[in-house]
Amino acid sequence: MKLFVNGAERSFEAPPLRRLLDVLREDLGLTGTKEGCGEGECGACAVSIDGELVNSCLVPVCQVEGSSVLTVEGVAAGGPLTTLQQCFLERGGAQCGICTPGMIVAAHRFLASGKPATSENVREAIAGNLCRCTGYAKIVEAIQLAANGVAPVEPRGAGARR
Amino acid sequence: MIPVTSVRSLSEAYALLQQRPAGLRVLAGGTDLMVAINARVGLDRIGHVLDIWRVPELRGISLSAGTLRIGALTTYTELMRSAEVVRHFPALAAVSREVGAWAIQNRGTLGGNVCNASPAGDSLPLLLAAEARFVLGGPRGERTVAAHEFFVGYRKTALGADELLLRIDLPVIEGARLVYRKVGTRKAQSISRTIVAVRATPDGDSLREVRVGAGCVAPVPLRCRAAERAVEQGGDVRGALESDIKPIDDLRATAVYRSRVTGNVLLRLLEGLRAADG
Repeated sequence: MKLFVNGAERSFEAPPLRRLLDVLREDLGLTGTKEGCGEGECGACAVSIDGELVNSCLVPVCQVEGSSVLTVEGVAAGGPLTTLQQCFLERGGAQCGICTPGMIVAAHRFLASGKPATSENVREAIAGNLCRCTGYAKIVEAIQLAANGVAPVEPRGAGARR
Repeated sequence: MIPVTSVRSLSEAYALLQQRPAGLRVLAGGTDLMVAINARVGLDRIGHVLDIWRVPELRGISLSAGTLRIGALTTYTELMRSAEVVRHFPALAAVSREVGAWAIQNRGTLGGNVCNASPAGDSLPLLLAAEARFVLGGPRGERTVAAHEFFVGYRKTALGADELLLRIDLPVIEGARLVYRKVGTRKAQSISRTIVAVRATPDGDSLREVRVGAGCVAPVPLRCRAAERAVEQGGDVRGALESDIKPIDDLRATAVYRSRVTGNVLLRLLEGLRAADG
């Protein structure tokens, strides 16, 4: 089977109902994408297929043969962090980090949609991504900051920057 | 390993259906079937998977002769974005926005919601109230089944072993309004506690041609005919509704809660329809 993952063509063998999530993590070694619930509730495994956000735990690989997949590893594409990722860092949009890859991909799709980054729109865009640390306020702020192109606010203490 | 046949056309799908493989399950967007497969629930009953995701004949929305025709593989995202759906059935666009969240809306299909036949299927009360007609097809030909005749038992449908749902036809009725309300624990990603849809034509102080659909209150998504008559004839709507529904206690809500809230929601929807007259 063939997939274009983060811009590169990847070939592999997999049974048709193997989850895209498992192909990414186990067959292609892209462990950025996480498994949370395995039933489409939490969004930890969210990736983009041909520009559409999906839960990779619910996508059998037979349905995406030849498609373009974007995972969290591809968002910055080997270059410096994107504004979105920088804003997550600056605003403390990640705590334990399990939801972060899915949040980043969902937010990336939201930014690409061109919708105004109102709090309501941002919350709808990430409504399928659960954060168990309850860090939604900072995540929403980070996405709004990235969308509005405002320079990230300097962290209060040096320790906050990593 | 479960054998899978991924088809690219309806004729390829029919060729497999003609062989009537034992334990056939149809795979569309995967938002229900993959959950079951991941949880290894009922795996022994799945003998063969027919993957129809890339069958172009099952996609697309068109308006013809007063009927909105919605291909079975139309996703919730496509419903929300369709100018025809937004214009003629804004409630269907709105309910699509309440199914899961973006990632589910991009994969979940209207046909999948119909064929999965869950009593909690979000679109089903609306399709019942709108008097949708389901066009089924297979190697023996096509036939049409009314929505209220399609759901024959708990997760059982009128689909034959060699049939697929091809499309959903919705009659566009001048002057009629279709409204719904889903009650869940939050706006997104929530399986409904109860869901009610009403179609009616406001006429002065009364409502004509009332159709009521309800979900999560019986083993099947339900047309509530006693309630419809009570609305049209000015009877006890809440009492009539209680004779239509058979809610149960489960992990999401109690029967008492479902009964009370379904009645409240129906009365409020009717109030809104009456107030909207003119």
